[in-house]
Amino acid sequence: MDSPGRLFWRRFSRNKLALAGGIIVAFLFFVAILAPFVSPYDPNDIDRKHILEPPGIQHPLGTDDLGRDVLSRMIWGSQISLSVGFVAVGISVVMGMIFGSLSGYYGGWMDRIIMRFIDIMLSVPTFFLILAVIAFIGSSIWNIMIIIGITSWMGVARLVRAEFLSLKEREYVLAARAVGASNMRIIFRHIMVNSLAPVLVSAVLGIAGAVLVESSLSFLGIGVQPPTPSWGNILTLGKDNMETAWWLSVFPGLAILITVLGYNLLGEGVRDALDPRLWGAESE
Amino acid sequence: MVPTLFGITLISFLILHLAPGKPTDVLSDFNPKITPEARERLEKMYNLDKPIVVQYGLWLKKIVKLDFGESFSTDRRPVLDKIWDRKQPLPDRRLFITFMLNLITMVIILSIAIPLGISSATHQYSLYDKLTTTFVFLGFAMPSFWLALLLMIFFGIHLDLLPLSGLKSMNYDSLSLFGKILDRINHLILPVFVSAFTGLAGDSRYMRSSMLEVIKQDYITVARAKGLPEKKVIYSHALKNAILPLITLIGLSVPGLIGGSVIMESIFGIPGMGQMFFMSVMTRDYPMVMSLLTIGGVLTLAGNLLADIGYMLADPRIRAK
Repeated sequence: MDSPGRLFWRRFSRNKLALAGGIIVAFLFFVAILAPFVSPYDPNDIDRKHILEPPGIQHPLGTDDLGRDVLSRMIWGSQISLSVGFVAVGISVVMGMIFGSLSGYYGGWMDRIIMRFIDIMLSVPTFFLILAVIAFIGSSIWNIMIIIGITSWMGVARLVRAEFLSLKEREYVLAARAVGASNMRIIFRHIMVNSLAPVLVSAVLGIAGAVLVESSLSFLGIGVQPPTPSWGNILTLGKDNMETAWWLSVFPGLAILITVLGYNLLGEGVRDALDPRLWGAESE
Repeated sequence: MVPTLFGITLISFLILHLAPGKPTDVLSDFNPKITPEARERLEKMYNLDKPIVVQYGLWLKKIVKLDFGESFSTDRRPVLDKIWDRKQPLPDRRLFITFMLNLITMVIILSIAIPLGISSATHQYSLYDKLTTTFVFLGFAMPSFWLALLLMIFFGIHLDLLPLSGLKSMNYDSLSLFGKILDRINHLILPVFVSAFTGLAGDSRYMRSSMLEVIKQDYITVARAKGLPEKKVIYSHALKNAILPLITLIGLSVPGLIGGSVIMESIFGIPGMGQMFFMSVMTRDYPMVMSLLTIGGVLTLAGNLLADIGYMLADPRIRAK
């Protein structure tokens, strides 16, 4: 009899695409953490003699309009995209789990109010809302993370609610209640842990979404502000220098594409490995 | 529906009070010659001297009567007039432009996504299925603004085939009717292609999994067993059920389309609602921002309602209820 963890790993590692996604995400982690060591130049080093230089031996991915090394800026930019992804999704997962569990566990008026709130949040065009809030309260990286988080928890809440609706009828919950466990204890110690699998999948996929939103905001000029490098704001320079410097457009976008692809593949892989309906395909 | 509408207006209204300082500060900053009396008059106009609940109530009362107030920008025109300018011909009105752009994109997406999803479901695990799945993953991960940039560089600058921005050329007015239509289409190719490509992924994936689920069911086996040709089994028996979830998905995609139009319209310089929203946000034109948020929410609700009606028309089980 294998442990669930090992079983999961065996299914996951058989899926080549999922593994590729995992490797991309791990690579991104290393690059972001080791940025000070792997980046060939200081990302903010202005070199007026080498402005808008195409990719070459000295600058593998070229330089921007101030002569800064694009590769170094992209390496440092990975920190932004990594941290925005994780913090924003952390916020949305926590909010989603709280609202979803309260709604599913208590039902009644609590459920009705929370579900109505979810409907409202889903009807407001999210990108409009993010744009307006960021522009009005200021575009610090923390504001960006928080606003992406609080506009994207609805999916998680719905998932958790559905899990709670079925799990709260289970016997182990009845047993916990019989020995006198409080509602809070039942919610957080007993039911929540059993509803984590679908949340994990949607969290990984959510990171991909958050990375895309952050880069769009930065591209529009209201996200991460220069001189702090982010993939989105390098692309803004790409647009401004579209006619002369293609490398400013090509490489940061490619980085976003590969990163988002990595999270998506990883998320789908985790989903497939956790889905018992797909287990029948192999002999256990 | 009504409480949701209420919630949308509340969120749009609260945006006004998010920023530090008074909303009218912006107005007076842009116009240093403003007198204290004038500022007071402005505060009265937006009822900023009253408690916040009263402000909301008064604002709501105006919104219900479709009075969205005046823009803070220098032209001081009514908000509604800027979105739906009656003096302009229909194809030049902002709301119309955004609406048409999304409609065209949607039609293209569906006419490709549905057959694509069906055929990759009926050929599950084939090379074709793998290729379309790869394509779908790419479409999912593709930042739309990046794709737009690359296509602009390639088709607009290198090949010099397509216009880079706007909806009309400089000589638009001197063109014949046919020339005008051709000019419009030329300007629309890139934005529509980009939105369609990035939007295609989700719908075709959804169609595929929905189809896969349906063709496993007994009634499909029965249809095959009684000797119906495979084409008929798929397109007239399975499709009817497989397409139902897609209708809901279309309704749900409306807020995404509206939000996405900000990026598309800004990058391609298209004078639609998205571009207007972006400009209003940047200049802190509160009446515009609040109104556009509300209108966006109402359009989303309308989309959901249409999807519900469509679902009802397509599914006799729901109609019976």
